[in-house]
Amino acid sequence: MDEIIGEFLVESHEGLDQLDQNFVVLEETPDDIATLKEVFRTLHTIKGTCGFLGFGHLERVAHAGENLLSLLRDGELKMTEEITDALLATVDAIRDILATIEQTEEEGTPDNEQLIGWLGRLAAGESGAPETAPSEEAAPPAEGAAPAPAETAPVESPAAEVPLSAPAEEVAVAGADSAPAAEAPAPAPAPADLEDDGGLVMLQPPEDAAPDMGPPASTDAPVAEAPAPAETPAAAPAEAPAPATEAPAPAEPVAEAAPPAPDRIGDRLVEAGAADRTDVEIAAVEQQLGDERKLGKILVDEGRANPADVESAAAPKAAASESTIRVDVALLDRLMNLVGELVLSRNQIVQLAGEQQDDGLGPPAQRLNLITSELQEGVMKTRMQPINNVWGKLPRVVRDLSNQLGKSVKIEMVGKDTELDRTIIEAIKDPLTHIVRNTVDHGIEDPDDRKAIGKSPEGLLLLRASHEGGQVNIEISDDGRGISPEPIRKKAVEKGFLTADAAAKTSDSEIVQMIFRPGFSTAGTVSNVSGRGVGMDVVKTNVEKIGGTVDLKTVPGQGTTFKIKIPLTLAIIPALTVTAAGNRYAIPQVSLLELVRLEGDGLSDKIEDLHGAPVYRLRGRLLPIVDLREQLGAEPASGDITNIVVLKADDHQFGLIVDTIEDTEEIVVKPLGRQVKDVRLFSGATIMGDGKIALILDLLGLAGNADLLQPGSPGSEAIREVNDADNNIVDVLDDRTLLLLGLAENQRVAIPLAAVERLEEFLMSSVEQSEGRPVVQYRHKIMPLIDLAPVIGYEGTAFGDSDRINVVVCSFGGKAVGLAVREVVDIVSHAEVFETVSDESESVVIQDHVTDVIDAAAVVSSVLPISYEPLPTYEEEPVEEDGFSIARSGV
Amino acid sequence: MTVTQDAVDQLCTFRLGPLYLGIDVRDVREVVQHADVTMVPNADPAIEGLINLRGQIATAIDLCRRLEVEPADTGKEPIHLVILSDGEPVTLLVDSIGDVIDVDSSAYEPPPATMTGIARDLILGAYKLEDELLLILDIQKAVELHPSDAEDVAS
Repeated sequence: MDEIIGEFLVESHEGLDQLDQNFVVLEETPDDIATLKEVFRTLHTIKGTCGFLGFGHLERVAHAGENLLSLLRDGELKMTEEITDALLATVDAIRDILATIEQTEEEGTPDNEQLIGWLGRLAAGESGAPETAPSEEAAPPAEGAAPAPAETAPVESPAAEVPLSAPAEEVAVAGADSAPAAEAPAPAPAPADLEDDGGLVMLQPPEDAAPDMGPPASTDAPVAEAPAPAETPAAAPAEAPAPATEAPAPAEPVAEAAPPAPDRIGDRLVEAGAADRTDVEIAAVEQQLGDERKLGKILVDEGRANPADVESAAAPKAAASESTIRVDVALLDRLMNLVGELVLSRNQIVQLAGEQQDDGLGPPAQRLNLITSELQEGVMKTRMQPINNVWGKLPRVVRDLSNQLGKSVKIEMVGKDTELDRTIIEAIKDPLTHIVRNTVDHGIEDPDDRKAIGKSPEGLLLLRASHEGGQVNIEISDDGRGISPEPIRKKAVEKGFLTADAAAKTSDSEIVQMIFRPGFSTAGTVSNVSGRGVGMDVVKTNVEKIGGTVDLKTVPGQGTTFKIKIPLTLAIIPALTVTAAGNRYAIPQVSLLELVRLEGDGLSDKIEDLHGAPVYRLRGRLLPIVDLREQLGAEPASGDITNIVVLKADDHQFGLIVDTIEDTEEIVVKPLGRQVKDVRLFSGATIMGDGKIALILDLLGLAGNADLLQPGSPGSEAIREVNDADNNIVDVLDDRTLLLLGLAENQRVAIPLAAVERLEEFLMSSVEQSEGRPVVQYRHKIMPLIDLAPVIGYEGTAFGDSDRINVVVCSFGGKAVGLAVREVVDIVSHAEVFETVSDESESVVIQDHVTDVIDAAAVVSSVLPISYEPLPTYEEEPVEEDGFSIARSGV
Repeated sequence: MTVTQDAVDQLCTFRLGPLYLGIDVRDVREVVQHADVTMVPNADPAIEGLINLRGQIATAIDLCRRLEVEPADTGKEPIHLVILSDGEPVTLLVDSIGDVIDVDSSAYEPPPATMTGIARDLILGAYKLEDELLLILDIQKAVELHPSDAEDVAS
């Protein structure tokens, strides 16, 4: 494709995307002159360029839109919904033509007469013709106050009602009934050259400008002759095209009626002191009177200005846009690759410099090190784009859709500037759009329904984006009807995803997640809005493909929130490297839950077989086990040490047996070649520090290969049953693993590891008091601390001399409670327990010590009345004071 | 863009088992004598693995296995002939690299009828040289391992 045309297309598409947003903004705030000007400029640029490239049709459409816009900008017209529709239709029409150009390099023969007519009628909607003489415009007026001469010739004309068929379907729906066609459009010879848009267009002599002005007049519609208002300085009669019927009849050219460009060159010359204002004005008038020379030329010819000054004034001003340049994305990717290579070489050199103890090599290596890091960072940044690049398209989507559905939806955005890697931006475009469409279609109620239940008739769609620890959170919330679990539950049973029994047991919040299942449609009827395109399952798959997660929270009647978490970049991810069968493999850290190392006894003891599925009991739950060696087609692992990497893939947890667990590091993800892409086990490859390649494991593929994701397989069913049964039971003695805690010298107790969420260490200074109890802030919540020793009748206290305090975090009813202990000694399994002293006291011998096994739940409930009953929040239900004071008394 | 497709005049030649093969010299990006190959389990048998080509990951295809011929026992490790396929680097493992030769298009013939098996699908034609037959490899087909191709090939 011609390079100029290619650039034109890229620029125009960019401009149009911006227009979509701007129009929607304008509808809300019609007086936003700045936005109007921006819109005007964009359209004007397109028009100017396509005039230059010879795309007449496109130019006419753009011109008609621009015409209307100039009236808006100058306050002659007010933004209305219809005008917005018409302008959006213009954008669509331009897009269509651009698409044709992209394919054929020709604009084809699109029929946009209706649209142009519509725009014209709208432009003439306010018939009050401004009485501004172009000669006045030649004087330097305030930007917004200078009406283009176009407006000086709106003409009343008896145009009949015309059926509209705007090119874009939705606009036709929205706009057809409201389009008034009573007024004929003005000939509207708004010279493009009026605007400050660089020198290119401006420098055209009037005869070149004429085609610019001609098109609206040469509409194929019959022309109603009408005299131009007397005020029009160019005394030629204007031809008013009135698109009354579709009968083609070329209008007479109105080039002579078009006042020449009273271009800004005059202003510039005056500003620069290179010409006198009066001279410029005189020259402008001369132009209008038929002098076809450029304004600058007139001045020069008549000796009123210096040619050099004119030339410099005519040169395009250095615009803000010149501080940025367009760069081919492929080039950036290549740079990224090269930087990755440079980093590897840097690492080797820095290492070498360290080994050689050579004074000469040290400093340069150090500098290389720094520069490389900065370079890497810089190149990374070039690939980042604000999320608004995707969001920007949504207001239009929402607007069109809500109009179509007769709903009213307001869209709000928070965190537009949040930056993401461009590959991620690409990847979330479709999922986001789909969620938004879905929300408008299904989530938000009709205005009447909303009013009936006391909501504002206008629905709210809130988009929020923020960075959080190397990830980006995107939330899409609405205040619509929410998703009620019952229909989904029914459907899930109907479709055979769940048994009736299981469905009844599954919690509401889990049930609503079913909408992400393939083949699951929540809509009773498939609407043409959300029924198209990707389904929710594809949303989930797409987000997960880039290492993200989608979460759904819904309150029936109050709304739904989709929470998408995605990594900042796909190019560099933290990963764990493992080895299996002699090769290294990388596992993306996002999928990693924990590492388990089994030593000692043979595997057969610990890895059990359940209906043919190998499982490992991890804190009482059955974890399906996959042997990586087996998946790779190698001999199964053997030996006394087994490393299990606990992973999650698509809500499924499984353990992956690997030979060794190496290190976690940042890896640069590289795509696999076509020939190996269909191997399900791998999602990509990376080059390690030593220059060798490691494959990146695709955990979904791995789990799929190992049949873990088949809900029907006997193994997975058995695991599910066992796990479901175990779910809420914390059975002290049945648990195999105990956490050994030290309360004082030689005083130890054990608690089942299953009851333990995490082990934490807090600074004593972070312990605060709340209503007389020690508390800490933990994960944005207030967590009460229980000093374990006194509560269970032991001596000593965890709140000792040390500036740190060990806390065993347990969770009861969804609330975290911290058991403060002096030290965390060990984790022991029953294999090391020698003997049970008696049946009643729940004591065991561990490492030669008689150790009481305490029931954490009982301890907590004896102190805090929140043991199993989930409470809404701490604020609402204060922890009982008496109960806790017992604990304190022992301190 | 100005290069015409029909007249292949310079060929990069190489040996693969009993075969003397050639490809358009313009298709050859480089020749790598030695590279660490990372195995890709579960991949097509013709895939030798992946190599690190200055930061780019290239797929190495064992041309012997692809063409189903026995490799010659040269006692040396195979050589990587790097080509581009759809912009991605792919290396073809060959026994040894020969000269770049000029050929006369009048000596070009369709593949010999005696050829059988997969090789026949992957050979575009042959040049009758003085003492030998130089077979022209269809490199784009040779690096295409997708199922659709595999079916043709399997028959």
